[in-house]
Amino acid sequence: MITTDILIIGAGPTGLFTVFEAGLLKLKCHLIDALAQPGGQCSEIYPKKPIYDIPGYPEILAGDLTHKLIEQSKQFKPGFTLGERAETINKLEDGTFIVTTNKGTEHHAKIVAIAGGLGSFEPRKPLIPNIADFEDRGVEYMIKEPELYRDKKVVISGGGDSALDWAIFLSNIASEVTLIHRRNEFRGALDSVEKVQELKNLGKIRLITPAEVKGILGNGRLTGVAVEKKGEDAFIVDADHFIPLFGLSPKLGPIGNWGLEIEKNAIKVDNALDYQTNIPGVYAIGDVNTYPGKLKLILCGFHEATLMCQSAYKRIFPNKKYVMKYTTVGGVVGFDGTKKEAPKSVVKAIE
Amino acid sequence: MSLDINIKITDRNGVKHEVVAPTDMAMNLMEVVRAFELAEEGTIGICGGMAMCASCQCYVKSDHQLPEISDDEDAMLAEAFYVEENSRLGCQIQMTAELEGLEVELAPES
Repeated sequence: MITTDILIIGAGPTGLFTVFEAGLLKLKCHLIDALAQPGGQCSEIYPKKPIYDIPGYPEILAGDLTHKLIEQSKQFKPGFTLGERAETINKLEDGTFIVTTNKGTEHHAKIVAIAGGLGSFEPRKPLIPNIADFEDRGVEYMIKEPELYRDKKVVISGGGDSALDWAIFLSNIASEVTLIHRRNEFRGALDSVEKVQELKNLGKIRLITPAEVKGILGNGRLTGVAVEKKGEDAFIVDADHFIPLFGLSPKLGPIGNWGLEIEKNAIKVDNALDYQTNIPGVYAIGDVNTYPGKLKLILCGFHEATLMCQSAYKRIFPNKKYVMKYTTVGGVVGFDGTKKEAPKSVVKAIE
Repeated sequence: MSLDINIKITDRNGVKHEVVAPTDMAMNLMEVVRAFELAEEGTIGICGGMAMCASCQCYVKSDHQLPEISDDEDAMLAEAFYVEENSRLGCQIQMTAELEGLEVELAPES
């Protein structure tokens, strides 16, 4: 069981900044995210795109912002449960919570802060009628264990970076890699596109374009896919695995069943005070919440995280007196023994 | 001259809406759909309008001269589902006077 003061659901910019604000109050944080890496949308959808409304940064790439936020929170030693989705929440008699992920990892926390953005990212599944029958029986929407594909025949479909990157990677592991895309053109980093071209020329990747996987064959377990090239009859490609990589789309998911008040796919919170939900001790901050006048901006998420941490502190320590300290005055004392503080000015007479 | 245009949007439930969209607010079709709440919040404009998610895909029903498809939009449509010949990403269609009378239908959520 993982124990922490504040359990943050969602490791996007708002969740990451919460670690810093909580750390100033000596509260420890742990984050859960369905993605394999922190950053949320900023790292999953648009890492290379610039953002212009982060105060103090006239321009910053979304991926760089993620790195800076991780750097800023590092001294407060946040824990991470990545690649798992928060599934259930139980409030204990003492007012604390147990949050369990889809993989059964349990987290015990005094406070739960949902910073889930638009929800957890789920793979987009192609419209093949019988695909659900073959999930985990040859169809995988994400590659978790590359060794699974050793000496196997693999068909990958998709035209973006992940399709290209995995085709390259698996070409050294699988016995056969076929990459299928609806166009001849691929959208990805130039070197990935060139690498696939090179591997194709070497015969290590079989490329079928413009084409689409229209059906799955097999009896209980996938044995091949039916491929249709534009204007031609479908043909069968023998395969042990079919990996459709069509990106991810966010879904509010299980959080929607936690008894929280939901409006327009977002969680209603008290914005007059502390962004608490209708469940005391559970807060919602950033894009995942809604209140009159809500703006889904990263900078608003930062503000919400800051006020939420103050409220969380009062909830954990109802009898402690506390005044907010400026970091310039008080410095930043990390949980890792580091201390940052403003340099002392020298008082010295000038002769 | 009026700065507003009339457009017809069929939502994902097949209901047709006639809306008046401003052309002087730098708005695109995806934003118009959101402004009039014609698709559930959180199911459209997920990437914010960068042609990176296809959640605002729509079918263009009228024969208006639309802005040309950029490489980004084209590549995104190549990976989207339910794509038809007349598919476009709403976020890439700016509201301009030329689009008076535009008719579109939102593609299913995917």
